[in-house]
Amino acid sequence: MNIFLLLFLEFFKVGLFAIGGGPATIPFLSELGEKYGWYTQEKLTTIIAISETTPGPVGINMATYVGYSTGTQVYGLWGGIVGGILATLALVAPSIIIICIISKFLASFRNNKIVNDAFYGIRPAVTALVACAVISLIKESIFTGADGGFEFNLFSTLLFAAIFVLLQFKKLKKLHPVFWFVGAAVLGIVFKL
Amino acid sequence: MKILLQLFITFAKIGGLTFGGGLAMLPMLKHELVTKRDWVTEDEIMDYYAIGQCTPGIIAVNTATFVGYKKKGIIGGIVATLGMVTPSIVIILAIASLLEAFMDNAILQHALSGIRAAACALIVNTVITLAKKSFADVLCIIIFVAVLALSLAFSLPSVAVIAVAGLIGVVTGIIRARRAKA
Repeated sequence: MNIFLLLFLEFFKVGLFAIGGGPATIPFLSELGEKYGWYTQEKLTTIIAISETTPGPVGINMATYVGYSTGTQVYGLWGGIVGGILATLALVAPSIIIICIISKFLASFRNNKIVNDAFYGIRPAVTALVACAVISLIKESIFTGADGGFEFNLFSTLLFAAIFVLLQFKKLKKLHPVFWFVGAAVLGIVFKL
Repeated sequence: MKILLQLFITFAKIGGLTFGGGLAMLPMLKHELVTKRDWVTEDEIMDYYAIGQCTPGIIAVNTATFVGYKKKGIIGGIVATLGMVTPSIVIILAIASLLEAFMDNAILQHALSGIRAAACALIVNTVITLAKKSFADVLCIIIFVAVLALSLAFSLPSVAVIAVAGLIGVVTGIIRARRAKA
């Protein structure tokens, strides 16, 4: 199948099934990378970092970037631009359709018992799916060497652990992600990560 | 026509000037839509947000579609959403093409390795926030543990997991309602 058509269909599916906003799309993006080999999990972690640093909804930024990465592989720069735009439009298309329908029955949807019950079960399942995707991101971003095999990089692990611990302080948690990324980038350059 | 242009510009401004989706956008949405333009009330925004969180898709986009639909029907919903995503598309495509051009640079590689470690720490924190919101009782924790264990062991399709979890939620709701009656 044509890569652009495939990209559109796959992102339409993500938009249709990722419930819970931007983070909920991560397991789907992780799946797509593995299924088609469009990008590695390590690359996906970079994409997530950049998407959190730039303006706009993180979920949209990730979709545009993933679409770009996929398109460039086959058709270069222009393929990337088309891929980025297509993936983003495909991701939001189901939202537009669903929300326009719900708008008509707003009050009854909000208080519908079946809808609320379903989300009672869906919410922890989505959390687990995101947790699972994050575990594979960590494995490939921190514990994988240049040859693709397991590698324990002490400095990367320490950096990861230190930032995680610092994030548990309420005041530091409110800092913009870009603060952490700039600091980590400088440390990465200094210690030749 | 004028309202469509206003919808596009307002949401492009919100999309282009706020960092992080979801809740991070709420203050900006309130400022632009309630205080400045009087398009919706604060209660309506909170309702859109609540529903946007439990419907498929990106929360910020769902909210944009709601407001656009309220102002100008389906075409309004489409235009508001396009406004919301346009800055993202432009900015990300510019950054992505620049970054890929310098990908072989050793310094950039080191910087990105550091950034990836930081990104992992931030995402783990996101998972913790999600967990706090989704663990309503013991059954929720059981669903979480079961799904996590199963998807680590086998690579389950996310779509199927979500469908089954929704079904479990509905069935639990029915059983609990019956018990309450008895």
